[in-house]
This record gives sequence, C-alpha cells and structure tokens, in this order.
Amino acid sequence: MLKDVTLGQFFPGDTVVHRLDPRTKLILVIVYIVALFAAKTYAAYALVMIVLIVCVSLSQIRFTTIMKGVKPILIVILITGILNLFFTQGEHVIFRLWKLTMTWEGVRTAALMILRLIMLINGTFLLTYTTSPIALTDGLELLLSPLKKLRFPVHELAMMMSIALRFIPTLIEETDKIMSAQKARGADFDTGGIVQRAKAMLPLLVPLFVSAFRRADELSVAMESRCYHGGEGRTRMKKLTFARRDFGALILGAVFLAAVFALNRVWK
Amino acid sequence: MDSIIKTESLTYAYRSVEDEHPRVVLQGLDLEIERGTFVAILGHNGSGKSTLAKHFNGILLPLGGKVYVEGIDTSVEETMLEVRKRVGMVFQNPDNQLVANVVEEDVAFAPENLGYPPEEIRMRVDDALRIVGMYDMREHAPHLLSGGQKQRVAIAGVLAMSPKCVVFDEPTAMLDPQGRQDVIRTIRQLRDEMNVTVVLITHHMEETIHADRVVVMSDGKIVVDGPPKKVFPNVEYMREQGLDVPETVDILYELDKCGFHYRLDALSVDECAREILTAFTGAGA
Repeated sequence: MLKDVTLGQFFPGDTVVHRLDPRTKLILVIVYIVALFAAKTYAAYALVMIVLIVCVSLSQIRFTTIMKGVKPILIVILITGILNLFFTQGEHVIFRLWKLTMTWEGVRTAALMILRLIMLINGTFLLTYTTSPIALTDGLELLLSPLKKLRFPVHELAMMMSIALRFIPTLIEETDKIMSAQKARGADFDTGGIVQRAKAMLPLLVPLFVSAFRRADELSVAMESRCYHGGEGRTRMKKLTFARRDFGALILGAVFLAAVFALNRVWK
Repeated sequence: MDSIIKTESLTYAYRSVEDEHPRVVLQGLDLEIERGTFVAILGHNGSGKSTLAKHFNGILLPLGGKVYVEGIDTSVEETMLEVRKRVGMVFQNPDNQLVANVVEEDVAFAPENLGYPPEEIRMRVDDALRIVGMYDMREHAPHLLSGGQKQRVAIAGVLAMSPKCVVFDEPTAMLDPQGRQDVIRTIRQLRDEMNVTVVLITHHMEETIHADRVVVMSDGKIVVDGPPKKVFPNVEYMREQGLDVPETVDILYELDKCGFHYRLDALSVDECAREILTAFTGAGA
C-alpha cells in the first residue's frame, strides 16, 4: 500500500535531458515556470506547451507517466477551475443561477488556469524523473552557494534533504512493519470514516517517531565517526561540470523566455 | 610493542534528568590496545563496553582520566579529526550508518569530509569496496541490499579513511547467519591482510575465537584480560559474569565433568574434534 509513493521518483536513462547538469535543469525549470505564468495569449501558451512536449519526448519518459503526477492534486486543480469559472468578471454571460454567473471570460480563464497548473506539475515532475535525488541536492547546494555569504545554511539544507531522501524507503518499510504488527494484534486501519481512520493512525505514528529519533541519534554518531564536521573543507567525489550542451540548453531557455514575452505582445 | 589506543583511569557516567546521581558506567579503566592485534571485548548488557568503545574515537569524552590514540589526547578539540581518521567505527544497525542513496556515494562520505581531491576519493572508494567485496554493487541503492551487504558497505565507508584501527560495536547483532559469516570474514581479513587493529565488541563467543586477546568487562571494570585459550577454559567464571563460552569449549567442559579429562582450550571445531579423538585413542592405547 505504501510502496507506490512517487515522491522524488527517478527514472534512470541516458538521454540529453538526463545528462544535463542538475544546475542547468534547475535553472531551466525556473525559466519554464516563469514563462508559464507570464504567458497570457494563446500563442504564448502554445509555445510553452510545444516546449514541454519536446522536452518530454527528448527524455523518453512516457506521457502517461508524466501525467500521473497530476493525480494527487486533481482536487486542487478542479477547485481552482470551478472558482475561476464562476468568479471571473465578464460581459458575455452564459447563464445566471441565483448569485452564480458563468461568463465566456470565466470559461476561458478556468481552462487556461487548469492547463497552466497541469503543465506546471508536468514540468517539475520532468525534473525529478530525469535527475537523481543526489544530483538534485548537489545542484541545489551549488546553485545556492552564493547565499552562504549571507550565512544561509546551504550545505546543511542540502545534507538534510539528501538524508531525508535516503531514509524515505527505510521509514516506509518500518511503517509497513509496525502496521503489520498492529494488525496482527487487532488494529483496524481500513474501515470507518476519516476521523476514525486518522485515530487508528495515531498508535502507528508514536512508535514511528520514537524509532525515527533513535535512528537520527545513531546516524549522527555514525556521521561524526566518519569525520563529518559540516560543509567546511568538504570536497566531493563527483564534481559537477558544465558541458557544452548545458550552455546550449541555457541559451535555448533564454530564447524561449524571450519568445514567450514577445508572443504576449505581438498576438493580442 | 607500541599501543594504538591507551586509556588511563578512564571514568564516565551518564547523567539522567530524573536521577540526581549520575549513573557511573566506567570506573577507572586502564586498557592498552597494541597495534595490529585483534581484541574482543565481552560483557553482559550494561557492562559499559559500548560506552568504552565510544571513547576510542572521541564520540564520548572522558569525565575523568585520559584516552590517547597514537599519543593524541581525544579530548583536544583541535585534533579530533586526526583521532577519528585513525580509529574508525562500525555500529550495530547498518541502516542507521548509511548516509547516501548510492553505495559508492556513501563510501565516499568520509574521504569527502576529510577534503581529499576527487581522484583520490575515487581511488579510496574503489579500493575499499573491493576489500569488502561490494565493488560490483557500487551503484545500488543501500535499502535494496541485505543486512550483511549493508554492513559491509558500512565497513567500506570506514576503510575509505584508511584507519589504523577499526572498532566494531556488535556488528553482527542484527544480521542473519550468512551475513554474520561474511562480516566476520571481512573483519578477519582486515587484521590478517591489511594489518588493521581490530576491536570487536560482541555477544557471540564464536566470533572471538580468532582474537589475540579477550577482555571481559563487568560493571565498568575489566575483570578478565587474556588470550582466548586462557580465558574460555574458565567456564564457571564466565557463566558467573553472565557470559557464555564457545560451543566447542562447552562440549569439552561437559565431557570433562562426566569424567573424561580434556584440555579446555580447543576453540575451533577442528581443534575440539582432535582433542576428543586423541583423548579416545590415548585411552584406548
């Protein structure tokens, strides 16, 4: 039941998208998000969508896999859509029902907003699907390293992220074990309403937390034993290096962003 | 012979919140561990053996007395890394020692912390993984490995620092028999082939028969100290300490009680069989 957690899932591969430096990919995802939210005209939307489709095809990840990421937040998307549908001011009224008015403008904004959210999730999932968690945290650490001057704990943050990722499968396994142990003694996790089920989870969380704290304690001793003393003077075995394709990708990213802004102006 | 670890009247106590009086765990312990030896530390639960081990690389600092690693005082903050580089430590639960998502990244953790250049880290990681026989699995995720394999990765992670001494704190307690065998074989290999000093804390008497020296602890003190062939024949005393003896010694001891006369220092299965055989043929002659 808990095995299908897709958080930080990574599909190894050897495509251009996989081989790009994680820093490049992080920057490009930010560029993509900015472009997505800047897009106002149909033409700009179309361009963003084409770029997304090209990137996904290049990564050789199936579109159905990419769309799976949308499922958990389907409700959020629907609510956003409905709100936009009824609360957008406009002149071309379709119908009026009590205080709710639906306008053509509302239909348009709702459709675009839903499209925008789905594409937002697709884009960010493409990043985590094609980048290993380690590469991702390394990239993030290096990208944020200028903030070290402002005493922002960049290294610590990256270390916490990678340890969290490392322990997700371990803790899931442990949760399964505790659940089985409690089911064996008559606990019921599957029936009843939401409140009842949440209550049934409580005796599960307590041992899980206790063990997580114990693990954290042991891990910190093991890390210290292996000479861990913070990020200072630490080197890495695998150095991230920018290749020519990274510069190329970044230039394409800049061109893409400029094109979106241009399309916003040209096609009104 | 020179010693690699030396404790001088080491005392330590845990302070608890509810209790006014700190619980004394180590009471004036003097111990010297010689370079290149295999020392096994035994003792029932709460005898202070794990606490002692944590003093060997400065994870815990003595409340009284001193601990020296190759002459370096472990309580000096500035030289802490020098101490930890020399004395590596492997713990009971392999899951809680592995830091990274990929085997080789995890082994690289210690040399990365020590700030070695990337090429050297690569070399150290590959060497360490070959020694423990996990080189072929260097790109696996640790949570997909078996307990014994994880523990060997943890050992590789320590070896990548090229320590002079490795302290094992019940490394086989959570492993299945196969994993236990692999880990013990690796531990012996460290001592025999790489001349690394080994300190092994364990509950399994069979793991200590290859040790050069057995140290038995009780209530924060050393009560017995000697080679296994001298320590284990003292079956009654060991049982009083809440400890067992290797099965081989146990068989000879029981036979001895039945009126056969055997030497009790046959530790390996072969030695034990030979002892029984010669006693029989000797009696027949």
